[in-house]
Amino acid sequence: MAEFTLPANSKVHDGKKWPSPEGAKRTKNFKIYRWDPDTGANPRVDTYTLDLDKTAPMVLDALIKIKNETDSTLTFRRSCREGVCGSCAMNIDGTNTLACTKPIADCEGDVKIYPLPHMPVVKDLVPDLTQAYAQLRSIEPWLKSETPPPDRERLQSPEERAKLDGMWECILCFSCTTSCPSYWWNGDRYLGPAVLLQAYRWIADSRDEATGERLDNLEDPFRLYRCHTIMNCTKTCPKGLNPAKAIAEIKKLMVARK
Amino acid sequence: MATMGKKSLRSDLGRVRGLGSAKDGTHHWWGQRVTAIALVPLTIWFVASIVGLAGAPLAALKAWVASPVVAVLLLALVVAVFQHARLGLQVVIEDYVHDEAVKIASLLAMNGAALLLGGIAALSILKLAFGG
Repeated sequence: MAEFTLPANSKVHDGKKWPSPEGAKRTKNFKIYRWDPDTGANPRVDTYTLDLDKTAPMVLDALIKIKNETDSTLTFRRSCREGVCGSCAMNIDGTNTLACTKPIADCEGDVKIYPLPHMPVVKDLVPDLTQAYAQLRSIEPWLKSETPPPDRERLQSPEERAKLDGMWECILCFSCTTSCPSYWWNGDRYLGPAVLLQAYRWIADSRDEATGERLDNLEDPFRLYRCHTIMNCTKTCPKGLNPAKAIAEIKKLMVARK
Repeated sequence: MATMGKKSLRSDLGRVRGLGSAKDGTHHWWGQRVTAIALVPLTIWFVASIVGLAGAPLAALKAWVASPVVAVLLLALVVAVFQHARLGLQVVIEDYVHDEAVKIASLLAMNGAALLLGGIAALSILKLAFGG
Protein backbone atom coordinates (compact mmCIF):
# COMPACT_ATOMS: atom_id res chain seq x y z
CA MET A 1 0.00 0.00 0.00
CA ALA A 2 0.94 3.63 -0.14
CA GLU A 3 3.19 4.68 2.70
CA PHE A 4 1.53 7.07 5.13
CA THR A 5 4.15 6.91 7.90
CA LEU A 6 7.91 6.61 7.80
CA PRO A 7 9.52 3.28 8.69
CA ALA A 8 10.71 3.20 12.34
CA ASN A 9 14.37 3.67 11.40
CA SER A 10 13.52 6.68 9.18
CA LYS A 11 11.58 8.67 11.79
CA VAL A 12 13.21 12.07 12.17
CA HIS A 13 14.25 13.10 15.71
CA ASP A 14 15.28 16.48 17.11
CA GLY A 15 19.03 16.93 16.75
CA LYS A 16 21.76 19.17 18.01
CA LYS A 17 21.18 22.88 18.51
CA TRP A 18 24.38 24.69 17.63
CA PRO A 19 25.20 27.90 19.55
CA SER A 20 24.25 31.29 18.11
CA PRO A 21 27.06 33.48 16.79
CA GLU A 22 28.09 36.11 19.34
CA GLY A 23 27.12 39.74 18.77
CA ALA A 24 24.86 39.01 15.82
CA LYS A 25 22.12 41.59 15.15
CA ARG A 26 20.15 39.71 12.46
CA THR A 27 20.05 35.94 12.89
CA LYS A 28 18.26 33.13 11.09
CA ASN A 29 17.79 29.50 12.15
CA PHE A 30 18.54 26.75 9.65
CA LYS A 31 16.93 23.41 10.50
CA ILE A 32 18.76 20.80 8.48
CA TYR A 33 18.10 17.09 8.01
CA ARG A 34 21.06 14.97 9.06
CA TRP A 35 21.59 11.27 8.58
CA ASP A 36 24.83 9.35 8.77
CA PRO A 37 24.78 5.78 7.41
CA ASP A 38 27.81 4.87 9.55
CA THR A 39 26.17 5.42 12.95
CA GLY A 40 22.98 3.46 12.35
CA ALA A 41 21.08 6.16 14.28
CA ASN A 42 17.78 7.64 13.12
CA PRO A 43 17.82 10.82 11.05
CA ARG A 44 17.73 14.06 13.06
CA VAL A 45 17.19 17.74 12.40
CA ASP A 46 20.07 19.96 13.56
CA THR A 47 19.53 23.67 14.16
CA TYR A 48 22.22 26.14 13.11
CA THR A 49 21.94 29.87 13.75
CA LEU A 50 23.70 32.21 11.32
CA ASP A 51 24.47 35.92 11.43
CA LEU A 52 22.75 37.19 8.27
CA ASP A 53 25.05 40.21 8.19
CA LYS A 54 27.95 37.83 7.65
CA THR A 55 26.19 35.40 5.29
CA ALA A 56 25.89 35.72 1.49
CA PRO A 57 22.28 35.83 0.17
CA MET A 58 21.52 32.31 -1.08
CA VAL A 59 20.65 29.17 0.88
CA LEU A 60 23.69 27.45 -0.63
CA ASP A 61 25.87 30.23 0.78
CA ALA A 62 24.47 29.45 4.22
CA LEU A 63 25.15 25.72 3.82
CA ILE A 64 28.74 26.38 2.73
CA LYS A 65 29.23 28.80 5.64
CA ILE A 66 27.97 26.18 8.10
CA LYS A 67 30.24 23.53 6.59
CA ASN A 68 33.27 25.85 6.62
CA GLU A 69 32.82 27.48 10.00
CA THR A 70 30.52 25.41 12.22
CA ASP A 71 30.13 21.76 11.29
CA SER A 72 32.37 20.21 8.65
CA THR A 73 30.39 16.94 8.74
CA LEU A 74 27.38 18.54 7.00
CA THR A 75 27.15 16.79 3.62
CA PHE A 76 25.55 18.13 0.44
CA ARG A 77 26.18 18.28 -3.31
CA ARG A 78 27.02 21.55 -5.02
CA SER A 79 29.08 22.68 -7.93
CA CYS A 80 28.30 25.65 -10.17
CA ARG A 81 26.50 27.90 -7.63
CA GLU A 82 24.48 29.52 -10.46
CA GLY A 83 21.60 27.18 -11.29
CA VAL A 84 23.21 25.41 -14.23
CA CYS A 85 24.55 22.13 -12.89
CA GLY A 86 21.55 20.88 -10.89
CA SER A 87 23.72 19.41 -8.11
CA CYS A 88 22.29 21.31 -5.13
CA ALA A 89 18.62 20.35 -5.64
CA MET A 90 17.02 19.84 -2.23
CA ASN A 91 13.79 20.50 -0.36
CA ILE A 92 13.93 24.02 1.08
CA ASP A 93 10.98 25.47 2.97
CA GLY A 94 8.80 22.60 1.74
CA THR A 95 9.59 23.02 -1.94
CA ASN A 96 12.13 21.25 -4.12
CA THR A 97 14.50 23.80 -5.58
CA LEU A 98 18.16 24.67 -6.09
CA ALA A 99 19.91 25.93 -2.95
CA CYS A 100 22.12 28.17 -5.09
CA THR A 101 19.26 30.16 -6.63
CA LYS A 102 16.99 30.23 -3.56
CA PRO A 103 17.41 33.48 -1.59
CA ILE A 104 17.44 33.07 2.18
CA ALA A 105 15.19 36.16 2.31
CA ASP A 106 12.44 34.20 0.51
CA CYS A 107 12.10 31.85 3.49
CA GLU A 108 9.80 33.05 6.24
CA GLY A 109 10.85 32.05 9.76
CA ASP A 110 13.29 29.16 10.13
CA VAL A 111 14.78 27.73 6.94
CA LYS A 112 13.97 24.01 6.82
CA ILE A 113 16.23 21.98 4.54
CA TYR A 114 15.67 18.31 3.65
CA PRO A 115 16.98 16.06 0.87
CA LEU A 116 14.81 15.54 -2.25
CA PRO A 117 11.72 13.63 -1.06
CA HIS A 118 11.17 9.89 -1.28
CA MET A 119 14.59 8.97 -2.61
CA PRO A 120 17.05 6.81 -0.67
CA VAL A 121 19.44 9.06 1.28
CA VAL A 122 23.18 8.53 0.88
CA LYS A 123 24.04 10.99 3.65
CA ASP A 124 22.47 14.20 5.01
CA LEU A 125 21.21 16.18 1.97
CA VAL A 126 22.58 13.78 -0.66
CA PRO A 127 19.89 11.62 -2.30
CA ASP A 128 20.62 8.48 -4.30
CA LEU A 129 19.53 9.28 -7.87
CA THR A 130 20.80 6.02 -9.39
CA GLN A 131 17.36 4.91 -10.48
CA ALA A 132 16.42 8.28 -12.00
CA TYR A 133 19.65 8.31 -14.02
CA ALA A 134 18.97 4.77 -15.25
CA GLN A 135 15.47 5.86 -16.26
CA LEU A 136 16.96 8.78 -18.19
CA ARG A 137 19.27 6.36 -20.01
CA SER A 138 16.31 4.10 -20.81
CA ILE A 139 14.73 6.77 -23.03
CA GLU A 140 17.98 7.04 -25.01
CA PRO A 141 18.46 10.80 -24.80
CA TRP A 142 20.52 11.23 -27.93
CA LEU A 143 19.84 11.95 -31.61
CA LYS A 144 18.92 8.83 -33.54
CA SER A 145 19.13 9.03 -37.31
CA GLU A 146 19.64 6.52 -40.11
CA THR A 147 20.13 9.12 -42.82
CA PRO A 148 23.89 9.41 -43.39
CA PRO A 149 25.22 12.54 -41.70
CA PRO A 150 25.61 15.53 -44.04
CA ASP A 151 28.99 17.18 -44.53
CA ARG A 152 27.98 19.93 -42.14
CA GLU A 153 25.38 20.25 -39.36
CA ARG A 154 21.97 18.57 -39.55
CA LEU A 155 19.86 21.58 -40.41
CA GLN A 156 16.70 22.72 -38.64
CA SER A 157 14.42 25.62 -39.51
CA PRO A 158 14.10 28.32 -36.84
CA GLU A 159 10.50 27.09 -36.27
CA GLU A 160 11.68 23.50 -35.75
CA ARG A 161 14.39 24.66 -33.41
CA ALA A 162 11.86 26.73 -31.44
CA LYS A 163 10.00 23.51 -30.55
CA LEU A 164 12.92 22.56 -28.30
CA ASP A 165 12.62 25.74 -26.23
CA GLY A 166 11.47 25.00 -22.70
CA MET A 167 13.15 21.58 -22.84
CA TRP A 168 16.82 22.06 -23.63
CA GLU A 169 17.05 24.28 -20.54
CA CYS A 170 16.40 21.32 -18.21
CA ILE A 171 19.43 20.72 -16.00
CA LEU A 172 18.26 17.31 -14.72
CA CYS A 173 18.18 18.28 -11.04
CA PHE A 174 15.15 15.96 -10.55
CA SER A 175 13.32 18.51 -8.37
CA CYS A 176 10.20 17.80 -10.45
CA THR A 177 10.43 14.01 -10.41
CA THR A 178 10.90 13.90 -6.63
CA SER A 179 7.97 16.30 -6.10
CA CYS A 180 5.56 13.99 -7.95
CA PRO A 181 3.31 11.83 -5.72
CA SER A 182 2.82 9.42 -8.58
CA TYR A 183 6.61 8.97 -8.74
CA TRP A 184 6.71 8.50 -4.95
CA TRP A 185 4.22 5.60 -5.13
CA ASN A 186 5.29 4.02 -8.42
CA GLY A 187 8.77 5.35 -9.18
CA ASP A 188 10.03 1.88 -9.97
CA ARG A 189 7.88 1.82 -13.13
CA TYR A 190 6.74 5.42 -13.77
CA LEU A 191 9.49 7.40 -15.51
CA GLY A 192 8.65 10.69 -13.79
CA PRO A 193 8.42 14.23 -15.20
CA ALA A 194 12.14 14.96 -15.69
CA VAL A 195 12.70 11.86 -17.80
CA LEU A 196 9.44 12.31 -19.74
CA LEU A 197 10.40 15.94 -20.50
CA GLN A 198 13.69 14.64 -21.90
CA ALA A 199 11.82 11.95 -23.85
CA TYR A 200 9.67 14.63 -25.46
CA ARG A 201 12.74 16.78 -26.14
CA TRP A 202 13.90 14.04 -28.57
CA ILE A 203 10.42 13.26 -29.89
CA ALA A 204 10.00 16.95 -30.77
CA ASP A 205 13.43 17.21 -32.45
CA SER A 206 12.94 17.49 -36.22
CA ARG A 207 16.35 15.88 -36.82
CA ASP A 208 15.50 12.71 -34.92
CA GLU A 209 14.20 9.76 -36.95
CA ALA A 210 13.15 7.44 -34.12
CA THR A 211 9.92 9.18 -33.06
CA GLY A 212 7.73 6.09 -33.49
CA GLU A 213 10.18 3.85 -31.68
CA ARG A 214 10.39 6.40 -28.85
CA LEU A 215 6.58 6.50 -28.55
CA ASP A 216 6.48 2.68 -28.59
CA ASN A 217 8.81 2.57 -25.61
CA LEU A 218 6.71 5.06 -23.66
CA GLU A 219 3.27 3.61 -24.41
CA ASP A 220 2.75 1.88 -21.12
CA PRO A 221 0.20 2.23 -18.29
CA PHE A 222 3.07 2.90 -15.85
CA ARG A 223 5.96 4.46 -17.78
CA LEU A 224 3.82 7.32 -19.15
CA TYR A 225 0.24 7.07 -17.95
CA ARG A 226 0.96 7.24 -14.19
CA CYS A 227 1.04 10.99 -14.83
CA HIS A 228 -2.27 12.25 -13.43
CA THR A 229 -1.61 15.92 -14.25
CA ILE A 230 -0.96 16.76 -10.59
CA MET A 231 1.33 19.59 -11.83
CA ASN A 232 3.71 19.56 -8.83
CA CYS A 233 6.48 19.20 -11.41
CA THR A 234 5.67 22.47 -13.14
CA LYS A 235 5.07 24.26 -9.86
CA THR A 236 8.41 23.27 -8.36
CA CYS A 237 10.75 23.50 -11.39
CA PRO A 238 13.56 25.90 -10.37
CA LYS A 239 14.17 26.71 -14.05
CA GLY A 240 10.53 27.63 -14.70
CA LEU A 241 9.97 24.79 -17.19
CA ASN A 242 6.73 22.90 -17.76
CA PRO A 243 7.22 19.11 -17.68
CA ALA A 244 3.44 18.59 -17.36
CA LYS A 245 2.94 20.18 -20.78
CA ALA A 246 5.63 17.98 -22.34
CA ILE A 247 3.87 14.90 -20.92
CA ALA A 248 0.53 16.14 -22.29
CA GLU A 249 2.15 16.53 -25.73
CA ILE A 250 3.37 12.92 -25.59
CA LYS A 251 -0.15 11.74 -24.67
CA LYS A 252 -1.58 13.72 -27.60
CA LEU A 253 0.88 12.07 -30.01
CA MET A 254 -0.12 8.64 -28.66
CA VAL A 255 -3.73 9.36 -29.66
CA ALA A 256 -2.72 11.00 -32.95
CA ARG A 257 -1.01 7.83 -34.21
CA LYS A 258 -3.94 5.52 -33.37
CA MET B 1 14.09 2.28 -4.03
CA ALA B 2 17.37 2.32 -5.91
CA THR B 3 19.66 1.02 -3.21
CA MET B 4 17.26 0.26 -0.37
CA GLY B 5 17.41 -3.46 0.28
CA LYS B 6 19.26 -3.92 -3.00
CA LYS B 7 20.11 -7.58 -3.21
CA SER B 8 20.00 -8.21 -6.95
CA LEU B 9 23.18 -7.61 -8.92
CA ARG B 10 21.16 -6.74 -12.02
CA SER B 11 22.19 -3.42 -13.57
CA ASP B 12 20.04 -0.36 -12.94
CA LEU B 13 19.28 0.00 -16.66
CA GLY B 14 18.22 -3.65 -16.85
CA ARG B 15 15.92 -3.20 -13.89
CA VAL B 16 14.40 0.01 -15.28
CA ARG B 17 13.80 -1.55 -18.72
CA GLY B 18 12.22 -4.49 -16.91
CA LEU B 19 9.65 -6.34 -19.02
CA GLY B 20 9.57 -3.55 -21.60
CA SER B 21 6.69 -1.37 -22.63
CA ALA B 22 3.20 -2.89 -22.44
CA LYS B 23 2.23 -1.00 -25.66
CA ASP B 24 -1.02 -0.19 -23.90
CA GLY B 25 -2.65 2.56 -21.88
CA THR B 26 -3.64 4.97 -24.65
CA HIS B 27 -7.05 3.33 -25.08
CA HIS B 28 -7.65 3.57 -21.33
CA TRP B 29 -6.57 7.23 -21.20
CA TRP B 30 -8.68 8.18 -24.23
CA GLY B 31 -11.71 6.26 -22.92
CA GLN B 32 -11.58 8.13 -19.65
CA ARG B 33 -11.59 11.48 -21.47
CA VAL B 34 -14.33 10.53 -23.91
CA THR B 35 -16.64 9.31 -21.14
CA ALA B 36 -15.88 12.44 -19.10
CA ILE B 37 -16.91 14.68 -22.00
CA ALA B 38 -20.01 12.56 -22.73
CA LEU B 39 -21.07 12.83 -19.10
CA VAL B 40 -21.26 16.62 -19.20
CA PRO B 41 -24.37 16.93 -21.47
CA LEU B 42 -25.83 13.60 -20.33
CA THR B 43 -25.70 14.57 -16.64
CA ILE B 44 -27.13 18.05 -17.27
CA TRP B 45 -29.96 16.53 -19.36
CA PHE B 46 -30.66 13.85 -16.74
CA VAL B 47 -30.75 16.23 -13.77
CA ALA B 48 -32.87 18.79 -15.67
CA SER B 49 -35.32 16.07 -16.74
CA ILE B 50 -35.68 14.64 -13.23
CA VAL B 51 -36.18 18.14 -11.78
CA GLY B 52 -38.86 18.71 -14.44
CA LEU B 53 -40.57 15.48 -13.45
CA ALA B 54 -40.55 16.25 -9.72
CA GLY B 55 -44.00 15.62 -8.26
CA ALA B 56 -45.26 13.89 -11.42
CA PRO B 57 -47.24 10.64 -10.99
CA LEU B 58 -45.46 7.29 -11.44
CA ALA B 59 -47.23 6.67 -14.73
CA ALA B 60 -45.77 9.89 -16.17
CA LEU B 61 -42.25 8.82 -15.21
CA LYS B 62 -42.78 5.38 -16.74
CA ALA B 63 -44.08 6.93 -19.94
CA TRP B 64 -41.03 9.24 -20.01
CA VAL B 65 -38.57 6.34 -19.75
CA ALA B 66 -40.57 4.35 -22.33
CA SER B 67 -39.84 6.96 -25.02
CA PRO B 68 -37.06 5.49 -27.27
CA VAL B 69 -34.98 8.69 -27.23
CA VAL B 70 -35.08 8.89 -23.44
CA ALA B 71 -34.40 5.17 -22.99
CA VAL B 72 -31.31 5.29 -25.27
CA LEU B 73 -30.01 8.45 -23.60
CA LEU B 74 -30.48 6.83 -20.18
CA LEU B 75 -28.59 3.74 -21.37
CA ALA B 76 -25.80 5.98 -22.70
CA LEU B 77 -25.66 7.71 -19.32
CA VAL B 78 -25.40 4.39 -17.48
CA VAL B 79 -22.65 3.12 -19.80
CA ALA B 80 -20.68 6.38 -19.52
CA VAL B 81 -21.04 6.55 -15.72
CA PHE B 82 -19.93 3.00 -15.04
CA GLN B 83 -17.20 2.93 -17.69
CA HIS B 84 -15.80 6.23 -16.37
CA ALA B 85 -15.95 5.02 -12.76
CA ARG B 86 -14.36 1.69 -13.69
CA LEU B 87 -11.46 3.30 -15.55
CA GLY B 88 -10.87 5.84 -12.77
CA LEU B 89 -11.00 3.35 -9.90
CA GLN B 90 -8.65 1.02 -11.81
CA VAL B 91 -6.01 3.77 -11.79
CA VAL B 92 -6.54 4.43 -8.07
CA ILE B 93 -6.06 0.74 -7.26
CA GLU B 94 -2.97 0.45 -9.49
CA ASP B 95 -1.51 3.58 -7.86
CA TYR B 96 -1.91 2.60 -4.24
CA VAL B 97 -2.22 -1.20 -3.94
CA HIS B 98 1.21 -2.74 -4.36
CA ASP B 99 0.61 -6.27 -3.11
CA GLU B 100 0.09 -8.18 -6.38
CA ALA B 101 -2.55 -10.60 -5.03
CA VAL B 102 -4.55 -7.85 -3.29
CA LYS B 103 -4.28 -5.71 -6.41
CA ILE B 104 -5.67 -8.37 -8.74
CA ALA B 105 -8.45 -9.24 -6.27
CA SER B 106 -9.37 -5.53 -5.89
CA LEU B 107 -9.41 -4.99 -9.66
CA LEU B 108 -11.61 -8.04 -10.23
CA ALA B 109 -14.00 -7.05 -7.41
CA MET B 110 -14.22 -3.45 -8.64
CA ASN B 111 -14.81 -4.46 -12.27
CA GLY B 112 -17.36 -7.06 -11.17
CA ALA B 113 -19.24 -4.51 -9.07
CA ALA B 114 -19.26 -1.99 -11.94
CA LEU B 115 -20.54 -4.64 -14.36
CA LEU B 116 -23.26 -5.85 -11.98
CA LEU B 117 -24.48 -2.40 -10.96
CA GLY B 118 -24.35 -1.16 -14.55
CA GLY B 119 -26.19 -4.28 -15.72
CA ILE B 120 -28.92 -3.81 -13.12
CA ALA B 121 -29.34 -0.16 -14.11
CA ALA B 122 -29.42 -0.96 -17.83
CA LEU B 123 -31.89 -3.82 -17.41
CA SER B 124 -34.17 -1.61 -15.29
CA ILE B 125 -34.26 1.00 -18.07
CA LEU B 126 -34.95 -1.65 -20.71
CA LYS B 127 -37.73 -3.17 -18.59
CA LEU B 128 -39.46 0.20 -18.34
CA ALA B 129 -38.76 0.94 -22.02
CA PHE B 130 -40.44 -2.29 -23.06
CA GLY B 131 -43.43 -1.52 -20.82
CA GLY B 132 -42.49 -3.54 -17.73
